Amino acid sequence: MVTTTAVPTLASGPGGLDLAGITASESSLRRFLHGLPGVDQVGAEARVATLSTRSIKTTAKAWAIDLAISMIDLTTLEGQDTPGKVRALCAKARRPDPADPTAPQVAAICVYPDLVEVAAAALAGSGVKVASVATSFPSGRAALPVKLADVRAGVAAGADEIDMVIDRGAFLSGHYLAVLDEIVAVKAACGDAHLKVILETGELSTYDNVRRASWLAILAGGDFIKTSTGKVAPAATLPVTLVMLEAVRDFRDATGRQVGVKPAGGIRTSKDAIRYLVVVNETAGDDWLDPDWFRIGASSLLNDLLMQRTKLTTGRYSGPDYFTLD
Amino acid sequence: MPDRTSRSTTDRMPVRKTYKLFIGGAFPRSESGRSYEVTDVKGRFLANAAHASRKDARDAVQAARKAFPGWSGATAYNRGQVLYRVAELLEGRRAQFAEDVRAGEGGSARAAAAAVDAAIDRWVWYAGWADKIASVTGSANPVAGPYFDFSVPEPTGVVAVLAPQQSSLLGLVSVVAPVIVSGNTCVVTSSSGRPLPAITLAEVLATSDVPGGVVNVLTGQLADTAPTLASHMDVNAVDLAGAAGDPELSTRLEVAAADNLKRVLRAPAAEPDWRAEPGMERMLRFLETKTVWHPIGV
Repeated sequence: MVTTTAVPTLASGPGGLDLAGITASESSLRRFLHGLPGVDQVGAEARVATLSTRSIKTTAKAWAIDLAISMIDLTTLEGQDTPGKVRALCAKARRPDPADPTAPQVAAICVYPDLVEVAAAALAGSGVKVASVATSFPSGRAALPVKLADVRAGVAAGADEIDMVIDRGAFLSGHYLAVLDEIVAVKAACGDAHLKVILETGELSTYDNVRRASWLAILAGGDFIKTSTGKVAPAATLPVTLVMLEAVRDFRDATGRQVGVKPAGGIRTSKDAIRYLVVVNETAGDDWLDPDWFRIGASSLLNDLLMQRTKLTTGRYSGPDYFTLD
Repeated sequence: MPDRTSRSTTDRMPVRKTYKLFIGGAFPRSESGRSYEVTDVKGRFLANAAHASRKDARDAVQAARKAFPGWSGATAYNRGQVLYRVAELLEGRRAQFAEDVRAGEGGSARAAAAAVDAAIDRWVWYAGWADKIASVTGSANPVAGPYFDFSVPEPTGVVAVLAPQQSSLLGLVSVVAPVIVSGNTCVVTSSSGRPLPAITLAEVLATSDVPGGVVNVLTGQLADTAPTLASHMDVNAVDLAGAAGDPELSTRLEVAAADNLKRVLRAPAAEPDWRAEPGMERMLRFLETKTVWHPIGV
């Protein structure tokens, strides 16, 4: 069963894991990660399929839509991004629906490091956070000093959150300690900024690997674990998010520290977003139903949520003509 | 030819049909899961048809919107060829259409065959307009300045078409063809009581070169889908032909359509005789005129 607690044998007595012991050496880390119970693939997929059939209507739907809007990391990560485009997106983040001031703000704007300054200036005083991808996003193929310089530049420009990518090559070839050390170094470079660790689950092949990578990122001190860069297919999926939510739930049970989860990429419709919220609630619990602990990385999703919101308030279906192109 | 009625001259048991909707080039069941019995003029069972819900209407609008750039962007000549090809397929299904029409509308076999012939001829007539309408309705305008100035017609967008309730094939063709010939895409609600010709037309369109989503066919009750279509903000125009003779409903639909300033072709007081010469009215209603000023000598 997928919902079994993952760490019973590894707790060093009541009250927690022996974190220092686990991360002491390559072999102890491997022993821990490979000692995690395997993910029942069929079970995980069946579980999300069941949860996806939940019917969320009327007032519950209105609540879920507003919550989903407030959890969005409104993202633009294209080579063709310009300061003007980022400023337009920031205006949208502050007030997603110009026709309806009751629509909540999004959680954050997510941009490349060189555009953080533009976003931070445009969002000053709004409460919307600025997130910056870093560490040679999306491939992560650069020397560590280069990655750390990337992070420091983002933080110095005003980023509240840093989205780093793990070294999938090192992870897949079993060099877990190298991955861990890199995350620790990036976390140190972040200073006060929150660190989101992108696992790029589309390249990890199996749910077992997703579970191991999740634990690795959490052990290294990540504040959030994030599914994907959005540049690799498949991006976020419900079963992958389920496995990651189990990891953060079990970690909090074992240590008391709460870690957030962020699916990103491929979530385009309100229906998808609400399914994610259901999985969050049923897996990790409603402590995670909060923009501080669950985010959705998306761009086109916001317009669909706003259209659904307009449908609920006016009673008629809305169209894309009435919302911004982005 | 399949026997749609429960009468059978042999011992063979006829296969009873449950038809589905036609949305985005596919034949999905109604989201509501409902269907209703279609009977002939004498009340005998013909087939089950899908009972479209407002969500089906929403899905159909989405499909029509998605198909719009491709269809409106195709050259007028190409659209004309695609529609001529549909006429060829209609010709091949004459017998089935005649049977559908006669079962639903009654009358003689000869009258039904004549209605089918008239419908095919009407389709061909509209197909011919595809590459001519811009020449007839567009113009080069003489202006008092150093400009080339010309006006060209462009399609309005997604059009919701309420097909006539009585004339199930000729009426249907007479309202669908003028909408799509100029590059619009449409969502059609068929006659509630006589949906079979519309379903057969959908089967024809599915095997033709008309891209999926250009014509979407909803069967069921007008009251379930028409208000959704009329108030939908992503529908650009609505043809209320199917609400003829129901002033209460058509007024309600006109009010709903006012929200996003849809173009409305109002319902006549009673259903007209569709055999009459159609004229250009129905094509012109769903066109927008774009005027371009181009400097001379630059």
